[in-house]
Amino acid sequence: MMVTPVVLSFLFPLMGTLVLAFSSGRLGARGSSVIGVGSVGLAALATLWAVLSHTGDREIITLWTWISVGDFQPTIGLGVDGLALVMMAVITGVGFLIHLFAAWYMTGEAGITRFYAWMNLFVFSMMLLVLGDNLLLLFLGWEGVGLCSYGLIGYYYQGLDNARAAFKAFVVTRIGDVFLALGLFLVFMELGTLDIATVLTRAPEFWAEGSATANLAALLVLGGALGKSAQVPLHTWLPDAMAGPTPVSALIHAATMVTAGIYLIARLNGLFLLAPDVMLLVGVIGAISLLLAAFAALAQTDIKRVLAYSTMSQIGYMFLALGVGAFDAAIFHLVTHAFFKALLFLSAGAVIISCHHEQDMRKLGGLWRKLPVAYGGFIVGGAALVALPLVSAGFFSKDEILWQAMAADRNGLLIAGLLGAVLTGIYTVRLVLGTFHGEPGSDHARHPEPGTNLITHHLPLVVLAVLSTFIGAWLYPGLGGLFPDAPGEAVEGGHTLLQVLAIGAVVAGLALAGWLFLMRRPWLDDVASKGAGASLWKLWHHAWGFDALFDRVLVRPWQWSVRMLRFDFINLIMNLPALIARGFNAGLVRSQNGRTRSYAVVMVFGATVILLALALVPGGVA
Amino acid sequence: MILVWLILIPFLGGLLCWQAERWGEQAPRWIALATMLFVLVISVVLWLGGDFSLPGSYESQWLLEWRVPWIPRFGIEIHLAMDGLSLILVALTGFLGTLAVLCSWHEIAHRVGFFHLNLLFILGGVVGVFLALDLFLFFLFWEMMLVPMYFLIALWGHSGSPGQTRIRAATRFFIYTQASGLLMLVAILALVFVHYSNTGELSFSYDVLRGTDVPEPLAFWLMLGFFIAFAVKLPVVPFHGWLPDAHAQAPTAGSVDLAGILLKTAAYGMIRFALPLFPEQSAAFAPVAMTLGLVGIIYGAVLACGQQDIKRLIAYTSISHMGFVLIALYSGSELAIQGAIILMVAHAFSSAGLFILSGQLYERIHTRDMRTMGGLWSRIPVLPGFTLCFVAASLGMPATANFVGEFMVLFGTFPSAPVVVVIASVGLVLAAIYSLLLMQRVHYGPEYRPGPLKGPDAREYGMMLTLLVLTIAVGLYPQPLLDTTAAVAAPVAELFTDASDLAARAGEVN
Repeated sequence: MMVTPVVLSFLFPLMGTLVLAFSSGRLGARGSSVIGVGSVGLAALATLWAVLSHTGDREIITLWTWISVGDFQPTIGLGVDGLALVMMAVITGVGFLIHLFAAWYMTGEAGITRFYAWMNLFVFSMMLLVLGDNLLLLFLGWEGVGLCSYGLIGYYYQGLDNARAAFKAFVVTRIGDVFLALGLFLVFMELGTLDIATVLTRAPEFWAEGSATANLAALLVLGGALGKSAQVPLHTWLPDAMAGPTPVSALIHAATMVTAGIYLIARLNGLFLLAPDVMLLVGVIGAISLLLAAFAALAQTDIKRVLAYSTMSQIGYMFLALGVGAFDAAIFHLVTHAFFKALLFLSAGAVIISCHHEQDMRKLGGLWRKLPVAYGGFIVGGAALVALPLVSAGFFSKDEILWQAMAADRNGLLIAGLLGAVLTGIYTVRLVLGTFHGEPGSDHARHPEPGTNLITHHLPLVVLAVLSTFIGAWLYPGLGGLFPDAPGEAVEGGHTLLQVLAIGAVVAGLALAGWLFLMRRPWLDDVASKGAGASLWKLWHHAWGFDALFDRVLVRPWQWSVRMLRFDFINLIMNLPALIARGFNAGLVRSQNGRTRSYAVVMVFGATVILLALALVPGGVA
Repeated sequence: MILVWLILIPFLGGLLCWQAERWGEQAPRWIALATMLFVLVISVVLWLGGDFSLPGSYESQWLLEWRVPWIPRFGIEIHLAMDGLSLILVALTGFLGTLAVLCSWHEIAHRVGFFHLNLLFILGGVVGVFLALDLFLFFLFWEMMLVPMYFLIALWGHSGSPGQTRIRAATRFFIYTQASGLLMLVAILALVFVHYSNTGELSFSYDVLRGTDVPEPLAFWLMLGFFIAFAVKLPVVPFHGWLPDAHAQAPTAGSVDLAGILLKTAAYGMIRFALPLFPEQSAAFAPVAMTLGLVGIIYGAVLACGQQDIKRLIAYTSISHMGFVLIALYSGSELAIQGAIILMVAHAFSSAGLFILSGQLYERIHTRDMRTMGGLWSRIPVLPGFTLCFVAASLGMPATANFVGEFMVLFGTFPSAPVVVVIASVGLVLAAIYSLLLMQRVHYGPEYRPGPLKGPDAREYGMMLTLLVLTIAVGLYPQPLLDTTAAVAAPVAELFTDASDLAARAGEVN
């Protein structure tokens, strides 16, 4: 029986949220942490139970019919299959470790109850997103994730910048959501259902491959995915989202939110296969995003922003995989990425707290002896990020993506992927060297206070470190059976060549980075500080200037029109009759001046007019 | 007979409140509360006992009916009837009336008895509007709700900036609605006389007049008369000028009633009268109405973003939300019309929630100017959380009733007018912007003034929690409402299918 564990797996976080939200501070920091962490822990156990009792078939659990009007019959129904279970395991498993670490990270912060209430709601929304068996329920989770990200990014509410970052994250992803909503309207109008399984069976019956409607539907869904997964051009919210506490960044970037777009496209794979042009677009956007973000990551000084751009870059790899039809490879990379990105973010969090909220790499450095656990986390996580051959989890999943791109004969995408691997090596080495080696850049870095708590500090880092090695890759069950055949299935040979290329790219990146940062550091700093080098640095530092562009093209015209319209000109026009009436009033008031002479003149004038009229109108006086 | 009582109870309660002032300040409050709860209980009992699975024929769909002749010489009757739609709206009136009484508990300190007289007279008039089927009687109630509202704003309102006095706002409200009411009266009389010249029978009865064969182009003008009367009340841009002023200057109870119920009388009037009386003309008019709806959605949202007065902001969002309702009513889709009904209920909850919250803020910091708020999150417990919830509802977050309403409207309208839906969807983004701007300006950022403020007491907490629970309950399980109104929505949608090539026309305009 799947019903109990599946329902429990999302009910626990929901109950956690409700208990925390209505506690009104009666629980205290410790009580809130216990409930916040415990609810996700229980959800993880429930998920484990569900995984163990999974038979292999897709099971549908319909709780109740949400809305029923004519054909419009979306349910509150859950669809459980391998894909959903893998996502659930990542969300609750990695989510639990992040929650546990947050108990250490957030010690002494005000509003811990609010923090855990949001975090639990985040997990709940994400669970509904992956469990929803119809698109409307998926959309519920989808929007819920957005709202929670708003609450968490703006967690430090006293800074207006944080409020703006939260606002931006919500509005930018909401733009994507509107595309998704339009996609749902189109799908419902054409196919008469929102049930995912039925959509996937009806789509090929109703739409020819490559037909305009199929392309449009896939394009609209893609719009939604771009927003949540922070791909070009809807990616600008992601770096700013670093305004939240670091565990929030870990949750958004690793286990939830940004993976939603990947999940959506993988889930609706049949729809996308009907639209080959859109599929290509998915791959191209992935390639562009992964390169843009990798370059931007090279020129960041804030360790969290480096990680943020690396997330966007890695999600780009997943889009690339989706674009060539390798859905399984995309989910595989999603899983390993969740492990190592959570590890990196939490290790970064450990550094940040130990150094009294210092997160500028220029002010860190020389920490590797003093913060061995965080250093270990960075080394293992970084190795997985650069896809260090054979020992790291990232190697296996990224290799799979590149292989599928090669097998699909998309050489442009393959080259972008390989180039991205080189860049990943460079910025990762820069990150590790800048944070942990060299001279400390500030007093905070000279005297860090390492985390010591075994359960809330060491345990999550160690578990995630283990999962970021090849062990994590082994744990992935493989979902090939759920998806249409990936291009690699049909191709014989060539995989070895690809592996040589991939390993070559990684080694080249690491070697280049070592040479640049260890041997030629002064030269590098010199180049980056003047002339074209400085311009390039600036361009990359601002991530190719998308923010400035959108500011000019969208934000300012919008603010201008708000200012222009503020006084409600339509309403002013409607005031015209009142003004005219008042004008008449003013005129007539003037005539009433109390002077007998003018009254007499007017009277005589009036009498003359009337007499004239009577005389001139024929037959006037009967 | 129970229908008569539904109308009479608020009026009698109002008179009693007025007289009860001599027994003490609290007496009118308790009497008013009991009165509105009584109305609410009656309508809930009717709802639980009612059978709404009636066939969709328009002739005998009434759950309850009561008619006696009133002025037989002119064919005027007292004809009251209730179906699923009016039942839900009457129940909503009872519920929001209760909230209106509760939220003025401390806010209104002078002439308490007369205040509650006016409040209950408004509500009695509204119930009358929802129940009257005789056009003359309908018009009577339609006008009857205006006068006490005028006094409510003029006597107990706030004066904002110089030039924006409560008297001015009240006068403006009165002139707008009077002038439009006059148009409706002319249209009603013309319809009655056309019917008289056709059949020689003088009647104001809805059933009789429905089949009247009105010659073109008179029919179009009569339809327009009804439409404009309702459009002013909904409100539809460009007839919205009275709304922001009235809201900003009205006491909290006035805003709650205004946004929660009075605006709904307009949508109700369209569903009940404007569309069924003139189906062909309305179908032909649909592209224009939808365009006006779109203008309302976008224009209201843009203006909401530019407001500094928190109540004006919420008022403009109402214009935006009612744009969705207008689009739905003229879409000719059952799904959309059902969605519009849900959206009416949802908007009543969410806007009432936001108005009550801004009233509570006003009681604490004595301003509605958002430039002098900021950072309230750390100063007031609980209220920011509730604000976020209602803001989320207002921007159409799934699991709230607003989402169900808006998305049913959009899903239903999409097949007949995709372009309209695409533009309306822009409103979803704008809704996010104005809602979060409110949140950001009031609660985020550094504290404008230091010092903690009092949290909500049990009365305030209870009101907000009830609204929130209802919003989420309808958001997750709207089916009871949908089943109740199904028999009303389906025939309205069919009116348009008969009026043939609507879709083509809607396409042309866009």
